Amino acid sequence: MDCVDFVELVTDFLEGALPDADELRFIEHLAECSGCERYLDQFRQTIAATGELTPDRISPDARQQLLTAFRDWRQQ
Amino acid sequence: MAGARDLPPDEVLVQRLRDGDEETFVLVLDTWSGGMLRLAMSFVSTKASAEEVVQDTWLAVFKGISDFEGRSSLKTWVYRILVNTAKARGTKESRTVPFASLVPEEEGPTVDAERFRPPGEQHAGHWAVDQEPRDWHIPEDHVLRGEVREVIAQALDELPPRLRTVITLRDVAGYGSEEVCSLLEISPGNQRVLLHRARASLRRKLEDYLSGAQDVAVGGDERGLR
Repeated sequence: MDCVDFVELVTDFLEGALPDADELRFIEHLAECSGCERYLDQFRQTIAATGELTPDRISPDARQQLLTAFRDWRQQ
Repeated sequence: MAGARDLPPDEVLVQRLRDGDEETFVLVLDTWSGGMLRLAMSFVSTKASAEEVVQDTWLAVFKGISDFEGRSSLKTWVYRILVNTAKARGTKESRTVPFASLVPEEEGPTVDAERFRPPGEQHAGHWAVDQEPRDWHIPEDHVLRGEVREVIAQALDELPPRLRTVITLRDVAGYGSEEVCSLLEISPGNQRVLLHRARASLRRKLEDYLSGAQDVAVGGDERGLR
């Protein structure tokens, strides 16, 4: 396996979606190539950092309108 | 993230919402609205539209909560309503791209071909000299971590809509592959293609940002080559 192929298979590998033979070749390449080992590691770090995103908030006005709507609905 | 874990189980949430318990409504509203807003942004063109989608979704949620059958988790049910609401609105704004098949810009290599040795050269297809990923260091410092989050948030906003939708669901909201496929009605294979492109693009942005920061901090003393 070449690096140029390896970098396209990272998500499939992480998802466990590679056929056995490809997974074997992926791991063999990983063991021998420091650049690709780092690429995979950085991919994982990117995923982890994306998971830390703090969600946006809806505006206080929108939130207040929803609370009012909720109270109206409850009273029906 | 901690907020999600503090929510009571679905049965309790649903019963309390049906009873019109305002405290419970506020709890789910504040816990989920941020993620819903991000997701809605994948389908509509402005933050104002996205906010209206979130509002319409919540209205539909408490009006429909008596019909909720518990076949999926409450949050998935809410997200499903959101996606349908957002899609309907996106169509009006003619922004929605159908998910059924890949479009041309979603094919091709996810790493710049220039970074690999060209065909014909020795070790063709391997990282070219000085092009292999260099060690990076995500800072632990609170403020700098905030900067990294900014870089990622910005990169996320710049992604094409479908890539943004998939990575938002998978890596920000934490949904599994099956749920995302069913929510967006795409095949597992297409989902992985979109997810991979999105992640590769974010990694690249992070690489640009961190290597810029590192050149200043470390200089080039360690090549990290095998």
